[in-house]
Amino acid sequence: MAERKYTATHEWIVIDGGRATIGITDFAQAQLGDVVFLELPKTGAKVAPGEAFGVIESVKAASDLYAPVAGSVVEVNERLVQNPELVNKDPYGEGWLLKVEVEGEPQGLLTEAEYKADAKAEH
Amino acid sequence: MSLAAAERTALHAEHLALGGRLVDFGGWELPQQYSSIRDEHIAVRKAAGLFDLSHMGRLEVRGSGASGYLQGLLTNDVAQVGVGRAQYTLLCREDGGILDDLVIYRRGEDDFLVVVNASNREKDVAWLRQHLPAEVELGDRTHSLSLLALQGPKAEAVLPTGLDLSGLPYFGFSAGEVAGVPALISRTGYTGEDGFELFVDSKRAVEVWRAVLEAGRGAGVLPCGLGARDACRLEAGLRLYGNDMDESTNPYDAGLGWTVKLQKGPFIGSEALAEVKARGPRRRMLGLTGDERTIPRHDSPVLREGREVGRVTSGTFSFFLNRGVGMASLAAGEAEAGDRVEIEIRGRTGVAELVSLPIYRGSVKSPTASKN
Repeated sequence: MAERKYTATHEWIVIDGGRATIGITDFAQAQLGDVVFLELPKTGAKVAPGEAFGVIESVKAASDLYAPVAGSVVEVNERLVQNPELVNKDPYGEGWLLKVEVEGEPQGLLTEAEYKADAKAEH
Repeated sequence: MSLAAAERTALHAEHLALGGRLVDFGGWELPQQYSSIRDEHIAVRKAAGLFDLSHMGRLEVRGSGASGYLQGLLTNDVAQVGVGRAQYTLLCREDGGILDDLVIYRRGEDDFLVVVNASNREKDVAWLRQHLPAEVELGDRTHSLSLLALQGPKAEAVLPTGLDLSGLPYFGFSAGEVAGVPALISRTGYTGEDGFELFVDSKRAVEVWRAVLEAGRGAGVLPCGLGARDACRLEAGLRLYGNDMDESTNPYDAGLGWTVKLQKGPFIGSEALAEVKARGPRRRMLGLTGDERTIPRHDSPVLREGREVGRVTSGTFSFFLNRGVGMASLAAGEAEAGDRVEIEIRGRTGVAELVSLPIYRGSVKSPTASKN
């Protein structure tokens, strides 16, 4: 299994053979509290690094979701429409958000240690 | 955000042991939630939830003239509160702006327990001291006395006490015991459900907390955090100081004119409030229920037919009603319950309906506290 990488905006990404799975981190879901709705792009949509691709709304607040890489969306986690709490319960598993066909070379992704140091400093 | 400076309640270790997700609230470290806000909110509505409210300020006002002293500071009529009864009331400035909303508990003719908002405690104490006559004593019991609340339709059935709760009226309280620990048991709350607030010695708060959870386990009682509390109080139409009102708000504009008893005689703010009353309120508080995906958020503009008519003062998502809920302060005469309105949230527009308060009426014994 490919290594999980992170962004400073609390998304995670696992890239495996040109295809990436994207979600939000456990730290992020804990900060957001119970997730109520997600607005995610449709299959075929383009995402770009650092640009918002969707919105996650929790009991506390609505927050933008940022793409860690450039690519086109090949699959959206449809289970989240009925079960947004999967993001809270299993952020790195069943609570994934998007699968993306990666375009170009990913840049500026953080390792787990770098992300944790970052998140800790922010907190 | 740093929790380093936040105060801890006597139940801090219990919150951690139960997996509570701690946040800073009014300078106190308290659980936002333990399991999930959804489960906790539904537990309060269907069974009961146990809350730690020990962050709230608990003050004692005692001594000869204490009732007259409070009568001169508070908007509600202290003379209408019998011994063993509590009252929701406001502390106002000379100009009628609300300094705090609070509950007084009359333990004796001149002996009161006063529960104030955590974020206002120091300001309130300073205000109370500034006006304190020599013979009245003001004490701060916030740290020595803990406050727990068991709220929900099953609260009476599960509370482990020898006190006959069936005889305790809404906004009535009595000295008794919970699980053998001396407690002041009050039929009050902030959720719209029947339930009890328990004042206990902080040294024994853990015992009481554990015993109530144990007694309620089979009935579905859960420990509940601030998230569930906020959703419940919003559905019940109960105001949150700092969100729904502040020092720039007068009681009439906040929909709390029913707590202002001008006929009782002069009190701080009474002249200004008499003028406000004569002029008629400029604002009106109403509830909001969001259409699909509309969650009202504090300070979002509320538009009717494209024109701004007010602002959202509080909002959240209700897992119980399965929709966004909130409260809004609206220009008087510009909007009515039943109106469809638009709410601007983060540059987008959501649709909601204005509704009268409370949004949801729970098992609470009397609607007085949520009267508008």
